[in-house]
Amino acid sequence: MERIIFYIFAAAIILFSLFSVTSTRILRAAIYLFLVLVSIAGLYFMLGYHFLGAVQLTVYAGGIVVLIIFSILLTEQIDSRMPAPKLGTMILSGAVAVIGATVSIFAITGHNFETTPETVNAGTVEKVGERLLSYGEGGYVLPFEVISVLLLAAMIGAIVIAKRPKSDEQTSE
Amino acid sequence: MIAGVSIYEILIVSTIVFFIGVYGFLTRKNLISVLLSVELILNATAINFVIFNKYLFPGHVQGLFFTLFLIAVAAAEVAIAIAIIIDLYRITKSVNVDETAEMKH
Repeated sequence: MERIIFYIFAAAIILFSLFSVTSTRILRAAIYLFLVLVSIAGLYFMLGYHFLGAVQLTVYAGGIVVLIIFSILLTEQIDSRMPAPKLGTMILSGAVAVIGATVSIFAITGHNFETTPETVNAGTVEKVGERLLSYGEGGYVLPFEVISVLLLAAMIGAIVIAKRPKSDEQTSE
Repeated sequence: MIAGVSIYEILIVSTIVFFIGVYGFLTRKNLISVLLSVELILNATAINFVIFNKYLFPGHVQGLFFTLFLIAVAAAEVAIAIAIIIDLYRITKSVNVDETAEMKH
């Protein structure tokens, strides 16, 4: 049963990511990316990492995709179509992707991974929460605080970059 | 670990997603769709971290935490990238890679 659900998720991830890079309408490409992200969140839920799946859904599927859709609406007409890439570019990049994927898959299947059977789920929400704010051995409170400073810096940077300069405002209006 | 699914199958899925992202990155001309492809690549690596954590070291949570911080960094990255794209659109009235060769203004 779990195997079947995994294959459905895997097929959805691969199919929608393929649509996402080939669709000529950019808004549809963004929606396909959204579906890929939701399927990956489903994969995390299946693995028992519920907190990670929830973060993937809220930050990625909820936040980042909405941001991307807003930027599409700001910079483009909804019904505009992107021109298809040149045939030469398509063949060359397709060859790069296929060769790279084949080499990587050969490397993966040739390597013997020593999997360890799982006894208890170490990634439950409770344990992740404790680790995230613990000072002691294996605690993650320092990266947690650093990432909050990074997000603040990114927020201020985004505002400063996207803000229209004053002299520009006076000339255009 | 997912019952009946080996580590190889999940790693193959993430590899394919990674190289689909590479294909999109190379073929797309629109800056926002290049960003979409980068998101695909980032997500493929995030899957790898989680899978190695779950299948090889199920007693630890390092891979899970790395993915958590990776998602936060990706959010910051997208916010900055979109600010730059919107600023560029204001200057050149286009989000095409070919027409935005000049960054100096």
